[in-house]
Amino acid sequence: MISKFPSVQRDFLPLLLIPAAALLAFLFIDSVPTWLTLTMAGLAMGMMIFIIASGLTLIFGLMDVLNFGHGAFIGVGAYLALSILLGGSGLGFAYAGISGVVLLYIASLGAALVAALIGFFFEKLLIRRVYGDHLKQILITMGGAIVIEQIMVMIWGPYELQIALPDVLKGSVSLFGASIEKFRIMIVIQGMALFLLMLLLLHSTRLGLLVRAGVEDSEMVQSLGFNIKRIFIGVFVVGSALAGFGGAMWALYRGTLTANLGGELMITVFIVIVMGGLGSLGGCFIAALLVAVVSNYVAFVTPGLAAASAILIMAAVLIWRPSGLYPIMVRK
Amino acid sequence: MKWPAMHSIILSGDGPRNRFLSWFIVALVLFMLVAPFLGVGQAMLNTLIRIAIFVVLVASFDLLLGYTGLISFAHTMFFGIGAYAIGLTLERGGPHFSSLLIGVVCGLTLTLILAMVIAIFSIRVRALFFAMITLAVAHVFYVIVTQQYVLTGGHDGKNFQIPKMLRPSNLVWRIENLDVSITGATLVYLGIILLCILCFLTMLRIVNSYFGCALMAIRENEFRAEAIGVDVLRCRVIVSCISACFACLAGCLYAVWVKYVSPDATMSIQIMLDILLMTVIGGMGTLYGAIVGSTLYVFAENYLKEVISALSLTAGDIPVLSAIANPDRWIFWLGLLFVLCIYYFPEGIVGRMRREIEHE
Repeated sequence: MISKFPSVQRDFLPLLLIPAAALLAFLFIDSVPTWLTLTMAGLAMGMMIFIIASGLTLIFGLMDVLNFGHGAFIGVGAYLALSILLGGSGLGFAYAGISGVVLLYIASLGAALVAALIGFFFEKLLIRRVYGDHLKQILITMGGAIVIEQIMVMIWGPYELQIALPDVLKGSVSLFGASIEKFRIMIVIQGMALFLLMLLLLHSTRLGLLVRAGVEDSEMVQSLGFNIKRIFIGVFVVGSALAGFGGAMWALYRGTLTANLGGELMITVFIVIVMGGLGSLGGCFIAALLVAVVSNYVAFVTPGLAAASAILIMAAVLIWRPSGLYPIMVRK
Repeated sequence: MKWPAMHSIILSGDGPRNRFLSWFIVALVLFMLVAPFLGVGQAMLNTLIRIAIFVVLVASFDLLLGYTGLISFAHTMFFGIGAYAIGLTLERGGPHFSSLLIGVVCGLTLTLILAMVIAIFSIRVRALFFAMITLAVAHVFYVIVTQQYVLTGGHDGKNFQIPKMLRPSNLVWRIENLDVSITGATLVYLGIILLCILCFLTMLRIVNSYFGCALMAIRENEFRAEAIGVDVLRCRVIVSCISACFACLAGCLYAVWVKYVSPDATMSIQIMLDILLMTVIGGMGTLYGAIVGSTLYVFAENYLKEVISALSLTAGDIPVLSAIANPDRWIFWLGLLFVLCIYYFPEGIVGRMRREIEHE
């Protein structure tokens, strides 16, 4: 009966937001090196926020589960990375030269792995029982996050800890008179790679197809004979691993870490996923970069407004598109 | 025509519906009212005021969580706005009653505007946005308050004076044969208790009105509520404004009592957690839960902390146990209790009590 599928409408308007913000900021800043440094710092921050937020938004999209405990995985990742780095140096791995970078990746991937494991149990123990009840989900995951955060305080202590980058990644390179930290360049490249990898997985594998179909209509996917719960656990575990990985990167980027590091970052992450449209990966990517870049510019131009800038951008975006940049059409 | 009984009018026809609960509430209110004449000491008065103010705060939170099914993490923000409004106007305008009044009006205005903007932005599309956006706004507000050192005193907060008539040094009346002095502080105490009772009764009135029914209909099934003609968006926006205003009033009362405001004492995430726990323990969806929850919690907070530190002394050097029993781990226990309560005790104390009555 249906002769023709409706053609897919591509919506490129949100993509223009970041260049527009960058251009606008350039008028205020009026100095190429400063602008370049700020933009690069913003992009690096945005990439890390995206890595963390992507898991959360997919988890929500697929199973309608809003995980307020996501922040705990960030903290776990950060602390584990520190411990693995310290342990590695203790075993005699040189932190200088290229082996430092190898060690850094071992540490962050190890952190991601453990975060994935904790995520698995978190899902089994806590979230599994409160499917379909947002109120309880929010309360339970919030409580769970507090417990995990406090256990971290018990293990690593309440004081601020220092974490150092390998020597190879310290320092900066000069570009058009602007000095750009090497680590930021690495994060931006890595973030882009991860985003492309996720797109590739979602759009050209069978599993990705199932995930996307599940986001749109999980009941229908289930009635076609696929075990949506198993897919969901997979996405949840990967999302937790990404949060752990992002947390490790974030701690390395800042150089210090405390137990509430995740909680603070979650504020931005929530703003980002609301702005991007809950459940949308592309929207999440654009929103993360936009929030990070703009808050960097604002902090430079008018420091007083820096704290509120993310909220103001979100308000502006929600006036323009009330469901976020790329709203997901959900039939639930 | 037969008029309803007096207590039914006062309680809006929604009594505690459990004999034990009724006696508990009557005893608590009576004790609160006569406590200053019994010479119970300042610490007990502080505890009672804390309970009274938290009853208002928790009850107003329950309007959202229990009655409408919305979670707000900005409730302490409005509490803080009320406290700061009183603190800053008294500090700038001098210790007069006019500054007190201006403070309340300013606080309520700011609260109303903020609550309405947040609600309209977040609930318009999905009620779920509300939890995330309130969390973000509350955090940003907290950061701004700590950064604006000149205006708010930053992390240190501000001390201020209340009108002369309300200070402890102002002796109003002395009852010689009871050895009790009624001072300005007693007046403040009684005023706060009475205002808290009034706030509570007003909220009881609200939830038992047509509007309250509409809220519960939304909580049970948003789609059906919409279908029978309830304006879901409007009800949610209005209730979040009402709830915020009561939180702001509670903040005003709190500031008048402690004569000091700071971000950590009024709007930290710790207080938000306290409110959540009190609501869940007492029972979501019933305002009487707020009374039971806050009373139990405030007393437990005062005495359990001592028990835990005693326990940590006995635990000594046993590695895991001493870490868990450390008094600094208070929040860990709260978190654990919170999760367990939601799983195994979601109806709360009052919900359980009422259910037993219905089964009989």
